[in-house]
Amino acid sequence: MTKEEIKKIVDNFLVEELEIEEKKIVDEALLKDDLGIDSLDFVDVVVIVERYFGFKIKPEEMTNVATLIQFYEYIESKQNAS
Amino acid sequence: MKKRVVITGLGIWSCIGTNIEEVTHSLYNGKSGIGIDPLRTEYGYRSPLTGIVPRPELKGILDRRLRIGMAEEGEYAYMATVEALKNAEIDLEYLEKNEMGIFYGNDSSAKPVIEAHEVMRIKKDTSLLGSGAIFQSMNSTVTMNLSTIFKLKGVNMTISAACASGSHAIGLGYLFIQNGMQDLVLCGGAQETNLYSMASFDALSAFSMRIDEPDKSSRPFDAHRDGLVPSGGAASLILEEYEHAKKRGAPILAEIIGYGVSSNGANISQPSDAGSIIAIERAMKDANISSKDIHYINAHATSTPQGDAYEAIAIDKLFGNSKTPISSTKSMTGHECWMAGASEILYAILMMQNSFIAPNINFETPDEYSAKLNIVAKREDKNIEIFLSNSFGFGGTNSVLIMKKI
Repeated sequence: MTKEEIKKIVDNFLVEELEIEEKKIVDEALLKDDLGIDSLDFVDVVVIVERYFGFKIKPEEMTNVATLIQFYEYIESKQNAS
Repeated sequence: MKKRVVITGLGIWSCIGTNIEEVTHSLYNGKSGIGIDPLRTEYGYRSPLTGIVPRPELKGILDRRLRIGMAEEGEYAYMATVEALKNAEIDLEYLEKNEMGIFYGNDSSAKPVIEAHEVMRIKKDTSLLGSGAIFQSMNSTVTMNLSTIFKLKGVNMTISAACASGSHAIGLGYLFIQNGMQDLVLCGGAQETNLYSMASFDALSAFSMRIDEPDKSSRPFDAHRDGLVPSGGAASLILEEYEHAKKRGAPILAEIIGYGVSSNGANISQPSDAGSIIAIERAMKDANISSKDIHYINAHATSTPQGDAYEAIAIDKLFGNSKTPISSTKSMTGHECWMAGASEILYAILMMQNSFIAPNINFETPDEYSAKLNIVAKREDKNIEIFLSNSFGFGGTNSVLIMKKI
């Protein structure tokens, strides 16, 4: 899966499933402070990522993931690893 | 001194209509809301008969966080409550600044439990259940969601008492206001209608098999009844202290004047005439009235041979001399179970407001017990000043409410 394909899937579920305003979805957006993804939302992000990308997010791997672009990169690294 | 308790708002989401106007029309015209769900047969049910309740679409109305913990019955209850609050002239701004409590009847939330189990069976990982499953699965799902959405700050709890849940919820709201503990309480009952919710009830062979004629399948008190039809939705009522309602300039629709309870202390599924009589007598004592003062009885009668017979015996003992008009609105709605005790109060208030008695449709041939009662088979245009509503549930829980025109 290319970077662009990952970005497209992630952006789509942020809008369609987490109902985040499209205009807020920019690479540098902070997941928590800008996109409003709180701890309960994150439980749903784990489910959605598993559904679209086939792996389970491990919270300890997310400690350095603060922005959306870092989140794309994290998914890409997991995809490449598999 | 005890305070007076009135109803200032009504809201409904049911198989005979999804607002007060539609439901009034259905009650007046004896319209059935029962149909066939073919998926039930495929799933393994004995009977595919059910009340056909539309699913509300809340996307775009409520944001995701407020929706995600709501099971189907919570969605029904939300829609009913929006209507009830509007009719009571209460908005969110008022609720931010004033205290309202909630007692809502609910006794299951099967679908989210079963769906969560399916995920666990396949994935074997709780972290893939999502954040909403816990809030949807608990019996108190309706009250936890409504209290969050509507910013309720008073008493907050779910009443689980089988098919009397909704009635007890109103009864408890009445007691809290009567004793000065609350001025405003949202009361009601909700019942899920999904495939998973009624399978274990179908297992008892308690459901009608009159599959070729769904609108004739629920026939309380009729000699040819062959079982109940499961149904659901939600009914919301705004209970308010009388002076508080007057001060607010709220529309006052009816007054609650009596609540009587009892437990049969006997069989888990069989009703009891003796237990029913105790609850009815207690409600009349609380209301300080006698049987001749009651103009209409909304019977619990679900269309099961045994349950209807026991209720008929009880009613005949107490109301035989006054020949009080009786109907079971379950003939049109089916058995709305956890919701029924609340919805049937709402149905009877609509009759009282519009001066008619809704028909007990499909009552064609009396049996030896119902022959002694004054069952209204065709709508009667008639003034109702006081009515009584019976609700009985598994485990022998009995709840009786009496309401008065105001």
